[in-house]
Amino acid sequence: MILGVSIYEILSLSTILFFIGIYGFVTRKNLISVLMSIELILNATVVNFVVINKYMFPDKLEGAVFGIFIIAVAAAETALAIAIIINLYRQITSVEVEDTTTSKY
Amino acid sequence: MEQIIFYILAVVIIGMAIASVTTKKMLRSVIYLLFVLMGLAGLYFLLDYNFLAAVQLAVYAGGVVVLMIFSVFLIHHIEMELEMAKTLKKVIASSMSLVGIATFLCVIWNYDFKVVENYNAIEVTTIGEKFLSVGNGGFILPFEVISVLLLAAMIGAIIVAKSYKLTDKNEQQS
Repeated sequence: MILGVSIYEILSLSTILFFIGIYGFVTRKNLISVLMSIELILNATVVNFVVINKYMFPDKLEGAVFGIFIIAVAAAETALAIAIIINLYRQITSVEVEDTTTSKY
Repeated sequence: MEQIIFYILAVVIIGMAIASVTTKKMLRSVIYLLFVLMGLAGLYFLLDYNFLAAVQLAVYAGGVVVLMIFSVFLIHHIEMELEMAKTLKKVIASSMSLVGIATFLCVIWNYDFKVVENYNAIEVTTIGEKFLSVGNGGFILPFEVISVLLLAAMIGAIIVAKSYKLTDKNEQQS
């Protein structure tokens, strides 16, 4: 744990980061920007896992291991999403959210 | 000392995150995201999770951000400005986010966390042994599942991004 910093302050930091991600997710219109907001949300989650593991269960490893798993899943998700975005750009030459009606039914 | 570093990191992380979701330039937005991720890696270093910080730096700052920068280069002009949302939508989204932050902070600051005083760092060998342990409390099954997931994501990304000829598809449709 960090000397002189309580768990409340770090959880407040991750909460603020999470809601900044939510704000970006709602207001952005570009698919890559939406993806970046999702990255912010996932990072806030990892901070929560790690901090609760460190401050409350210091002899266990679950938080750190789940943090690593979340990072791996986020990397896979980003690679797939960017592949989809580039494919979409080839077909409709746009990556705006409102133009992506190809896979809607 | 650690306290001062933590507050500097927190200000950098929050300021860069806000800049990342509000700036108009696409490429700058990605670079601000890079600063957020590196600040979080610094936070993990402060918490003595050295391996997690290294993974964060290698995978996020080295992999994901570079991937995003490449896709921005492929898709946009560098100086292209993003289309911003309407002011009403911004106001509604930010006020709802503030309400959410207030609710979460009320719940967090009123809850009594059972904090254990400790300053021991977790070694990388411990994490490695836990990952490959089949005994009680081992993580061999999620480790294997995540490796299969990464393989599937890699194959899927190659297949999705494989080039199709748009004219052929149109001819088939017509």
